[in-house]
Amino acid sequence: MKQRGNSAEMGKPKKWQDVPMGGIAFGSSAEAVETGQWRSMRPVWDGQKCISCLLCWNQCPDRSILTDENGKVSGIDTFYCKGCGICAHLCPKKAIEMRPESEFTGPGACAKGE
Amino acid sequence: MPRREITSGNWAFAEAMRQINPDVVAAYPITPSTDIPMKFADFVANGKVDTNFVTVESEHSAITACVTASAAGARVMTASSANGVALMHEIFPIAGCFRTPIVFGLVNRCLGAPINIHCDHSDSMAERDAGWVHLYCEDAQEAYDTAILSVRLAEHKDVLSPVFVCQDGFITSHGFEPVNLLDDTAVKAFVGERKADFPLLDIDNPVTYGSFVMSEYYFEIKRQQVEAMKNVLKVYDGVAKEYEALSGRFYPKLDAYRTEDAEFIVVVMSSASGVVKDVVDELRDQGIRAGCLRVRMFRPFPAEEVAAALGGAKAIAVLDRALSIGGTAPLAAEVKSALYDAGKSVPVQSCVYGLGGRDFFPQYARDLFCDLAAGRVLREERYLGLLE
Repeated sequence: MKQRGNSAEMGKPKKWQDVPMGGIAFGSSAEAVETGQWRSMRPVWDGQKCISCLLCWNQCPDRSILTDENGKVSGIDTFYCKGCGICAHLCPKKAIEMRPESEFTGPGACAKGE
Repeated sequence: MPRREITSGNWAFAEAMRQINPDVVAAYPITPSTDIPMKFADFVANGKVDTNFVTVESEHSAITACVTASAAGARVMTASSANGVALMHEIFPIAGCFRTPIVFGLVNRCLGAPINIHCDHSDSMAERDAGWVHLYCEDAQEAYDTAILSVRLAEHKDVLSPVFVCQDGFITSHGFEPVNLLDDTAVKAFVGERKADFPLLDIDNPVTYGSFVMSEYYFEIKRQQVEAMKNVLKVYDGVAKEYEALSGRFYPKLDAYRTEDAEFIVVVMSSASGVVKDVVDELRDQGIRAGCLRVRMFRPFPAEEVAAALGGAKAIAVLDRALSIGGTAPLAAEVKSALYDAGKSVPVQSCVYGLGGRDFFPQYARDLFCDLAAGRVLREERYLGLLE
């Protein structure tokens, strides 16, 4: 049984006695996990159409809708966004569009992207 | 003050829970364990405990709440029986792996179908490989004492495993008998406060329980659970002796009754052992060297001690109150395995009795000892009290 520590600092255990008891991960946090890697559809926000009603901000199951210092929607943080599309579905002004992730990868992707 | 009351196995267990005053109890009632959460709900309603009593919608939810509360650092207790226990099956190995101490009042009742509310051990035996300690109690006094003792065992730093405190449904759970109850403050001093090493609620030192563990380390984590059970065999007597100092009652892993010089021994668990012990006395008066070995601790199985207690006998009968349909009954399989490892080839008669609450009469034990003495030990399993 290892004492408390950060899992990332522990290195790979070489013996069964060194594995954290019960598979407990120390110092871990979901904050560091880029769940956005799972996404196949990406929300693309149009600041011209957005009226900052915050329906998307309120309903986002992660915390992917960014707001500025005045509480207005300022964009989308794709680090956690899994592409569920709730924001696009709810938007009364169709200011968010779901686009295939493939458009943002591969040669020339940057030209099409954000 | 310590006191002596006429009470039942269930009520005695609930009384132990009141004195322990756990942080969390999550329970869903099922016969014959219903009395335990029912009595405990009275204590909660009357302000006798300050437990967070979680009334959930199923046994699956009850045990899930218990595991998570224990991972959060709480002292946790619950109770269930039969198909309620079976519904919890998915969560038991998680409790075992997360190393979450829980003291569980398991009131043994047969698994349906056919549906039946009475005693056998098929519910707990189905959970024997889940990484829980299994203790089987003979009477209400023992159920009460074991509930208190098990808090310390489950939370022991070298154990950190959940414990089933088993008692026979109706026979023990609903039978009223005199029980010696300890003083409230003595129980509280004995159990102390739980100090969890890695509680989920320690937000300054965050931990994650239930991470995905693939083939790289799954095996190693299971090996640690094996070690925890080996540690139970090492630390149990120390905890039991501390409890003896408090209560005057010592509960060994194995209750060996007149086995020292016995030629013929019946191995049994829980309430039926009282009947067997009476018959042992009767036969001893007639000059027959009979003995009874009651297995109180089934997981971890104290194999070396079992072999030491049985190895000198001429013939043994093992009474199981559960089947392993198509295989060897659970206790018989353990006993035979223990004897084999110890290099003892004593003839063993495997007997199944008492399924679905079928009564176990002294005559069955007398006949069985007669068969052992006459060398009538069959290879096949026998069924005591079966219509045949």
